[in-house]
Amino acid sequence: MSAIVCTDLCKFYQQGDAVIKGLDHVSLEIEEGSFICISGPSGSGKTTLLNAIGGLDSLDSGQIAINGERVDLLGKAELADLRLHSIGFVFQAYNLIPVLSARENVEFVMQVQGVRAAERKLQSMKILQEVGLEGMEDRRPAQLSGGQQQRVAVARAIVSQPKLVLADEPTANLDSQSMEKLMAHFRELNEAHKVTFLIATHDQRVMAWADRRIYMEDGRVTRDELQ
Amino acid sequence: MAMPVAAMSRLAWRNLWRNYRRTVIMLLAIALGVWAMIFMTALMRGMVDDMVQQGIVALPGHVQVHAEAYRDDPSITHSLPAPGKAMLEVLESRQVIAWSSRIKVPAMISSEYENRGISLLGIDPEGELALGFDPDDIVAGQFLTDAGDGGVVIGRKLAERLETRLGKRVVVMSQDPGNTIADRGFRIVGIFKAELENREETIVYAGRDVVQAMLRVGNDVSEIAVLGHDYRTPEKLAADLGDAAAGFEVLSWLELDPYLSTMMKVMDGFVLVWMVVIFLALSFGLVNTLMMAIFERVREIGLMRALGMRPSAIVYEILVESLMLLALGLLLGNVLAVSTIIPLKSGIDVSVVAEGMEMMGASSMLYPVLQWPDVLLANTVVIVLGILTSLLPAWRASQYRPVEALARN
Repeated sequence: MSAIVCTDLCKFYQQGDAVIKGLDHVSLEIEEGSFICISGPSGSGKTTLLNAIGGLDSLDSGQIAINGERVDLLGKAELADLRLHSIGFVFQAYNLIPVLSARENVEFVMQVQGVRAAERKLQSMKILQEVGLEGMEDRRPAQLSGGQQQRVAVARAIVSQPKLVLADEPTANLDSQSMEKLMAHFRELNEAHKVTFLIATHDQRVMAWADRRIYMEDGRVTRDELQ
Repeated sequence: MAMPVAAMSRLAWRNLWRNYRRTVIMLLAIALGVWAMIFMTALMRGMVDDMVQQGIVALPGHVQVHAEAYRDDPSITHSLPAPGKAMLEVLESRQVIAWSSRIKVPAMISSEYENRGISLLGIDPEGELALGFDPDDIVAGQFLTDAGDGGVVIGRKLAERLETRLGKRVVVMSQDPGNTIADRGFRIVGIFKAELENREETIVYAGRDVVQAMLRVGNDVSEIAVLGHDYRTPEKLAADLGDAAAGFEVLSWLELDPYLSTMMKVMDGFVLVWMVVIFLALSFGLVNTLMMAIFERVREIGLMRALGMRPSAIVYEILVESLMLLALGLLLGNVLAVSTIIPLKSGIDVSVVAEGMEMMGASSMLYPVLQWPDVLLANTVVIVLGILTSLLPAWRASQYRPVEALARN
């Protein structure tokens, strides 16, 4: 069964007199447990596609279904619940909450989900150790480097083992070793728990981990190839 | 889904202290506003309280019993007999602090130089003192010794007007029930001062028995004045006395002095208006602070929405943040107000504006009155209006589209 079905997605932006094509009649089917990288130049529509699938952005037309549920028809609260329980986000700009420590940032989603404190602590410590941030749990984002912040953001996205992880340039601020570790971890989650990964990236080394590569340009899917 | 209360509350508390200086300034503004609400209300309450107390001393008592027509024509023809058994039961009950029966008639007083219209009070000095006459107000001579005392005590201003003094004789003239002139010579045994000049000029105290004899009314009196425990609630005492004094008019001071009772009622409304006006001034700062705090973290709000926070949780977080700010400001304001009012309990000398105060019926010492219902009202106004004021910024924050909010720098 397809985890995600995108049908004829269109999203246009008006910029002065020009119309920017964010998504131009994009249709995709993504199987459950896929490990997919989306590549393309800046402005090709990678982030727009991830945002649309994650329910962060609305569409001008088209349909998106996740596990059979029409995302484009959900209200704000239902979309929030979907994101909370089923989707993990990794953003290009880390997007950590500055007043919370690394562990509290990781725990935040679980706390909103209603996970008990002891369980939260156990899970967050474990995941922070896995992403190489052991001993830095109590540091606030401002006390972490860019790479460390990105690892906290990754830990937050995967700690509650969502069905789908949408990652926008997750390795942009990581060194090669950290990148390899992170991708290995993604892959492990993908294989062990059938978590679907959809990763937007410029990095060819990241692309090498994917079993399906989608190339986009000007809002269109130009190539879609299996590894 | 249940509201993530703990997570939101922790975030709210930490967000509150992100911009330390702004939060401290806002806290000081709220504290100052709350202080102004409570302190100024205590001063106003003190002033009205003083006016009422002065009025009650002048009446005197919280409740008075008269003959039915006395208030329309306060002559001796409208007198009442000494209290009977039923009335004495109420007068001797625990709800009464003191009572006294008095003669109060219009009269003319003459010295060798001048004469004046006055209110002649035939009193029992012991009862009068219990009703509130302050012996320290006697500035020369002494107060009457008993109801059979043959002297008079006049006000300082009246002595000036009559060009007389302590020890001199005056003639007091009134009418008996048969409309025959009744007069008597009295020696001035005391001169009193009063907060209100009008009292000094119009009130003359004489022994009740002497006045009764002069007016040929036996044991009849003009009024029975009764002092209860709380001037704010004289209704029950008046009702009990009314039951015991059938055929007579029993009125509380609220009815006897409508000006003062209206003043007291208006005061409650005025306090509320005053508090709301101060809050409105504060609310601009509060809304501005919250809006600034929200604008500074639009991206985070977008992130929280992206991570699965419902719009209602965002509203909750902003409201909790506002509530924390208000609660801290209230705490500071309350402490500040109480700690400035308590040392001033012994009174603030406002004699520089004594004339104006007297025109309002208040004395030249202002005693702040801290009433806990006023403190509660100030706190309620700030919390309720504060939360209402915060709803707009909170709602606006909850309406950001995640993708747009995340794109903000």
